[in-house]
Amino acid sequence: MRVPLSWLRELVAVPESFGVREIADALVRQGLEIESVEVFGSDLVGELVVARVLSIEELTEFKKPIRWVSLDTGETEARWVICGAENFAVGDLVVVVKPGSILPGGFKVTSRETYGRVSDGMICSAREMGMGDDHTGIVVIPPGAAPIGFDAIELFGLRDAVIDVAVTPDRGYALSMRGIAREVATAFQVPFSDPVSKIESRITTIDESLGSVADAMDVDRIVLRRVSDVDTAAHTPIWMQQRLALAGMRSISLAVDITNYVMLELGQPLHAFNGGKVQGAIQVRRARAAESLETLDHVTRKLNTEDLVIADSSGPLALAGTMGGINSEIDSTSDQIIIEAAHFNPELIARMSRRHKLSSEASRRFERGVDHDLALVASARAANLFCEIGGAQIVSAIDIDNRVAQSAITFNPSFPTKLVGHLYSAEVVDQRLKDVGCTIEKGVETWLVKAPSWRPDLTLAEDLVEEVARLEGYDAIPSILPPAPASRGLTPTQKTRRRVGITLAGEGFVEVLSYPFIGANDLAALGIAENDSRFIAIRLANPISDAAPLMRTTLLPGLIAALKRNLSRGNRNLAIFEMGSIFLGRLDQRPLPTLGVDRAPSPDELRALMSLIPEQPQYVAGLMCGEGESSWRGSRSVDWSDGIAAAQSVARAAGATLSIRTGSLAPWHPGRCAELWFGDRLVGQAGELHPRVVTRLDLPSGSVAFELNLDALGNPAAVHSPEISASPPAIQDVALIVDSSVAASDVTAALLAGGSPLLESAVLFDVYEGAQVGQGRKSLAFTLTFRAPDRTLTAIEAAAAREGAVTAAGALGAELRG
Amino acid sequence: MSAPNSKYDPVEVASLHPTQIGKMVEDALRSFRAASSLEELKSARLAHAGDRAPLSLANREIGALPPAAKAEAGKRVGQARAKINAALEEATNRLEEARDAHVLIEERVDVTLPSARRAPGARHPLTTIREKVAELFIGMGYEIAEGPELEAEWFNFDALNIAADHPARTMADTFFIDPPENGLVLRTHTSPVQARMMLSQKPPIYVICPGRTYRTDELDATHTPVFSQVEGLVIDRGISMAHLKGTLDHFATSMFGEGILTRLRPSFFPFTEPSAEVDLPCFACRGQNPECRACGGEGWIEWGGCGMVNPKVLIACGIDPSEFSGFAFGMGLERTLMFRHNVKDMHDLVEGDVRFTSAFGVEV
Repeated sequence: MRVPLSWLRELVAVPESFGVREIADALVRQGLEIESVEVFGSDLVGELVVARVLSIEELTEFKKPIRWVSLDTGETEARWVICGAENFAVGDLVVVVKPGSILPGGFKVTSRETYGRVSDGMICSAREMGMGDDHTGIVVIPPGAAPIGFDAIELFGLRDAVIDVAVTPDRGYALSMRGIAREVATAFQVPFSDPVSKIESRITTIDESLGSVADAMDVDRIVLRRVSDVDTAAHTPIWMQQRLALAGMRSISLAVDITNYVMLELGQPLHAFNGGKVQGAIQVRRARAAESLETLDHVTRKLNTEDLVIADSSGPLALAGTMGGINSEIDSTSDQIIIEAAHFNPELIARMSRRHKLSSEASRRFERGVDHDLALVASARAANLFCEIGGAQIVSAIDIDNRVAQSAITFNPSFPTKLVGHLYSAEVVDQRLKDVGCTIEKGVETWLVKAPSWRPDLTLAEDLVEEVARLEGYDAIPSILPPAPASRGLTPTQKTRRRVGITLAGEGFVEVLSYPFIGANDLAALGIAENDSRFIAIRLANPISDAAPLMRTTLLPGLIAALKRNLSRGNRNLAIFEMGSIFLGRLDQRPLPTLGVDRAPSPDELRALMSLIPEQPQYVAGLMCGEGESSWRGSRSVDWSDGIAAAQSVARAAGATLSIRTGSLAPWHPGRCAELWFGDRLVGQAGELHPRVVTRLDLPSGSVAFELNLDALGNPAAVHSPEISASPPAIQDVALIVDSSVAASDVTAALLAGGSPLLESAVLFDVYEGAQVGQGRKSLAFTLTFRAPDRTLTAIEAAAAREGAVTAAGALGAELRG
Repeated sequence: MSAPNSKYDPVEVASLHPTQIGKMVEDALRSFRAASSLEELKSARLAHAGDRAPLSLANREIGALPPAAKAEAGKRVGQARAKINAALEEATNRLEEARDAHVLIEERVDVTLPSARRAPGARHPLTTIREKVAELFIGMGYEIAEGPELEAEWFNFDALNIAADHPARTMADTFFIDPPENGLVLRTHTSPVQARMMLSQKPPIYVICPGRTYRTDELDATHTPVFSQVEGLVIDRGISMAHLKGTLDHFATSMFGEGILTRLRPSFFPFTEPSAEVDLPCFACRGQNPECRACGGEGWIEWGGCGMVNPKVLIACGIDPSEFSGFAFGMGLERTLMFRHNVKDMHDLVEGDVRFTSAFGVEV
């Protein structure tokens, strides 16, 4: 809502010592958000006056048309000026700037010689006066609008300011000068005289045939008023044009300007129908199937049977409370007008406006709540303006009134003190509620408070508390910490996530937080087959990008995008990770049940709702490329084992130990992919990326990735203290030859099982493949550490345990290497 | 070599003469002092303290002395030996020290050469600021609640008194899951966790919920469709707006420094009543510059929203508004980070450039 300062001052007597800034600040303190404060014409200096054109001499000796003009400015002698515009004639009223003036933007006007004459001033365009951008010609004032010599600065309101108020959805009343003026009056504690109280709204001639309402639930009040004999030559007065312009509206025609003006003034949206085109009685009804309407924005709209329309016997004339139709638009020959003022169901208008993607000044007001009692008054105000300006006659009217009385709020005057934590006396509460416009019926303990008709948002005692608190100022609220009970701190899961992040950072990974939006192409690029469960993804109805309409089922696409961005910026050695939710799609997704809000849902209802919310487990993934270690001594490129080692670090941070098995899953290299198992659950993969994926995505060759389900790892269990043996170990090395296909982890497991209980550890220290062990075979060398808890092992005992370990490995085909 | 002496015929042994002994000691000490290396000292030791050294030879002569002279000669030789040994030890220490010093100098390296083999890792500042906020509130007695990012419309809107026709519930603001009539959205704020907490716990409730949230904004310098909020919720007996203000002031001071207090400005949210915007003093101008571009000359910048939990929300979540009241607040973590660390462009928080993130290390 753009609020012109001059108009505001007319409605409320704020002392002149308070400027536009102070007024804006006061509104902010009371809870209205200010978008901007604009000041106009503060740099305008000098004399601008209304003048009549006495004579025009066309000078033809120049390349462009130039006029030598004499003007009556009310001074003793005519003033002569040079002018390049041609849109005026002898007898017209124009604006003349006298020499010595400075126009907005610092343009100095002097008496100067030009085109062989001395131009003693200048005739202005709208732009030159600081009134918008129109520079197509000079301003021609409607005849009789002002006397000769009149101050044009005052006439056009060239010195003014506009406060642009951003109105929250609960404060529809603030979308009017009337509403803002009331707030300002309260802020400065000056009397407010409601413009509504000055309007005579009585209907003298009732005409029942003017219209009817199909359902009072859709529109609980409508006033239709017919005026005739509108002077089709009448212009919108300059003061009204100027106010509309400052409020951000263009002047269109007298009829449209009057309805807009009354809407800005009082907050009631109005519509003026071309009386000559309306056939039969007006009806407010829902649209019928297959009806359509071309609205004033020249869009032909197919109507929905939920739409509310203003119709006549020929069909819809307007989308109620939203926009009129072309078929009943007022034109330059309309002298019959039907003014419609109504109170529509706000939700209905909101839905309709959204359905047709059509937000208008009217629909914005109806959605936010229009004063219940305003229709009749606003209709009268508009009709009166038609009479005053357009010489019209009021013919007849009808007021279809089905309003239901608003219920009062039971209110304890001590409630504001209790809820806000600051003392508000009953007198203060009483005064503030009256400032808002409430009427109060006081009981012994509680009051019955009736909200004013323009505040449909006030329905709860808490709403009234906010009014008291905001008008008294939120700055008065003290600052006190509440006495919270003792906290148990972070949950084990929260601690685990923190440890995982710190661990990975400690191992050189940098965290990335990417958008969780992916496309099917991202999955395909990873070589993921369409029957892979990662293709069962949740789809957005309105994605930011059509290329990424799915919720991620893997963290890898986001990491790859981040990796590539870093590569493109010249960073070649990278290790990045992400921890976050993935979103598991389901093939059996059903609509969620509709739950009420008038009570808490039952446990069964909640369970039913929750069971249909897709699972969103926390995953962690990492991506590495380039040199994993590098220094002046030399460097080492990352390889598959770095990926597995990182995954193992993650698991350790979560208190879990992974077992590693040979795997093969896209996007990993089929021969360099490890399955990560936690107990009997597969929790992730790690290893080198598939060479084809690397080529397709243009990644550095040998790039490494890991991804695992963090939630599946759980949290560290309580540690039982181990018993440490002080006896010395017996340490022996053993080399075993196995088939190349045998996994080292299996051999290790077999050794540990066979050497139990004396074998403490089996550590692989060498892998050899070559001629000495034969084709398709490899030698694995282990250091075996044997120890007894209570004694020094004898050579015989150690040899027997070693024998047991080697025998167990023999089940995998392992032979002792000579 | 002298001939054996007769017991009864004392013989004068020249080498045991005090002058001779004294000379032997002097010779030894001189040659020890002269040794410039452990090798030279070794030769000097053999020459002056070895089995064949003059003093050792002289010692053998003691036997030839008459009994009466033996004791005196033995004492004389013993004293001389002690002097030589002491001098030898001193020379050994001196030369070993010199040798060690030489070796350590030779082994010296340039310790200023780069030692790190791996570039340091880092955590995203949004993660670490989120943890900082969590720690602050845990210290105040709160716990950390969590909820899903993909949420039921009922939790995101209905339970929070956001009616079906509210403008926020359009595709212009909210990401809907296809098909939209199924009632699933990406949460537009962390407030649905409020509803989850109230439905799952009995008051008193003191929780904050940090997390990711979604709105259909395009990415630019100050907006991102995926952002983070921290939600606070307190439900207890006798909770007032003064408690809300106290909590926010403590939060602001802890995050931004002493003397940084909040300003509450009346506003509107469907899930709180009364409602307020939370402002902070402008970081750029501290209210001193009417032309300030950061705050538009107002001296204050918006940090988040807050208010007293609307009784309709309490009812929908099974809490009796006549017994309990509460407050809720929500702040953007991106904004908090931008204010606190002077981050100028949202792109930096989104793109994952390791140079940006690494600057923040593992804690903010």
